[in-house]
Amino acid sequence: MNKKKTIGLSVYILFLLLPLYWLLMMSFKSNQEILGTLTFWPNEFTFANYMTIFTDASWYMGYINSIYYVSLNMVITLLVALPAAYAFSRFRFIGDKHLFFWLLTNRMSPPAVFLLPFFQLYSSVGLFDTHIGVALAHCLFNVPLAVWILEGFMSGVPREIDETAYIDGYSFPKFFTKIFIPLISSGIGVTAFFCFMFSWVELLLARTLTSVSAKPIAAVMTRTVSASGIDWGVLAAAGVLTILPGVLVIWFVRNHVAKGFALGRV
Amino acid sequence: MNKPHSNKAWFLVLPVFILVAFSAIVPLMTVVNYSLQDIFDVSTRYFVGTEWYREILNNSRLQDSLVRQFIFSGSVLLIEIPLGIGVALMMPKSGKWSVISLLILALPLLVPLNVVGTIWQIFGRADIGLFGWALNSLGIDYNYAANPIDAWLTVLLMDVWHWTSLVALLSFSGLRAIPDAYYQAASIDRASAWAVFRYIQLPKLKSVLLIGVLLRFMDSFMIYTEPFVLTGGGPGNSTTFLSQALTKMAVGQFDIGPAGAFSIIYFLIILLVSWLFYTAMTHSDNK
Repeated sequence: MNKKKTIGLSVYILFLLLPLYWLLMMSFKSNQEILGTLTFWPNEFTFANYMTIFTDASWYMGYINSIYYVSLNMVITLLVALPAAYAFSRFRFIGDKHLFFWLLTNRMSPPAVFLLPFFQLYSSVGLFDTHIGVALAHCLFNVPLAVWILEGFMSGVPREIDETAYIDGYSFPKFFTKIFIPLISSGIGVTAFFCFMFSWVELLLARTLTSVSAKPIAAVMTRTVSASGIDWGVLAAAGVLTILPGVLVIWFVRNHVAKGFALGRV
Repeated sequence: MNKPHSNKAWFLVLPVFILVAFSAIVPLMTVVNYSLQDIFDVSTRYFVGTEWYREILNNSRLQDSLVRQFIFSGSVLLIEIPLGIGVALMMPKSGKWSVISLLILALPLLVPLNVVGTIWQIFGRADIGLFGWALNSLGIDYNYAANPIDAWLTVLLMDVWHWTSLVALLSFSGLRAIPDAYYQAASIDRASAWAVFRYIQLPKLKSVLLIGVLLRFMDSFMIYTEPFVLTGGGPGNSTTFLSQALTKMAVGQFDIGPAGAFSIIYFLIILLVSWLFYTAMTHSDNK
């Protein structure tokens, strides 16, 4: 590998990591130090900011709520998207192209457009401020994307495999779970990654559809802004903690990333 | 590929259809409903036809934020797509370092939008942030809270920081799927690095780039949280993009009628541009 590439990549990675490093360092500093001097390493290492979060239920419940509805969303999305993607990749049926495009249009609709009607609809059916409510709302943009990605992977699997399995006496559900799903495991890994990503980073809908019992961490974080100014240390610590679940997810899908990110389309 | 015709496949699609229809059709019809009426309270409402649409289209503040939005999304695509491809080309193809750089690249993608805003809010401040401090000590008068151009550039930089990795990861796995034989043939022909890129790598990347371009266009066109956290859309209106203008109108001022009309126009623009990208990129495929 040549030198120029290594240098270029290192510069880019530095650009990615520097802001994150700054956040991490700040989370270990006291507010006096943050506002007092500019230091690359905390003079006094403190866990006080993290303690504030871990000892206060209204703080850490935010994380639990977020993780809860994101997981729900991932499960629901995959459960409904898998059969649908199979149908799109294997069969032609009345209105298939229109349906597919209609699904994608939902990925294109800005959450801000649906804010008010969503609030009214979800309130009227009792889904307001529930985890399942947020998960369903996020399905609006995750399901179309999941169908799109999975369809690409499934089209890459030759149809002869389906036919052979049926001749061997497999029923459709058995074939689907025992043979087909393992074949596209990379695709499912990457789809789950995308679902997690878009649901985890989304704030506008999650904040609008919740008030207390399902409030996401992103909304809780606004508490650090008070009349006496911003509590930078706690804000930084909360930020660092929102990144950790993402790191875990990346670690789990790391073997699928390189192959799977091509989304079965090359 | 010839697929068999079977309307039974509808049963497999039905769950998706019901789920998405629940969250899409009812709210969409509600918005259309709002956009055609003047609503005072539950029982007092008048049908006003296309009046709100005319009002929105002639609203100069919204026209400004539409222009701002297009410039922003255009800049995002012009920077992120080439940069993403470039980063993908620089990445080691296999081995330990390949995995490590993949993991680092994926990291920003999973940072919640408001935390991205917070990170750059801190990072860009002259008193407590490295970036703002460095620029100011270099003699550049940088202050995103007071200077509209700085704020705009910060939002752009933030978006590049956050999402270029997506393009890079898509391109990287696209590149990996190119068989070695292609490169061998190219080296026998003594093709230049540029020719290899132009005639082998780029065409092979087209399908993944289509996804990258579409996702980046849609999401940058819907950007809301990052500028909101950074400066609340200011200073002035310099970082008030469409989503924020809409939220202000619908939730802040409670002008439901105009906000409904605004929503429909907003949605149609995204639909139209995405469709243009889609057909432009798939059409050249068939030639």
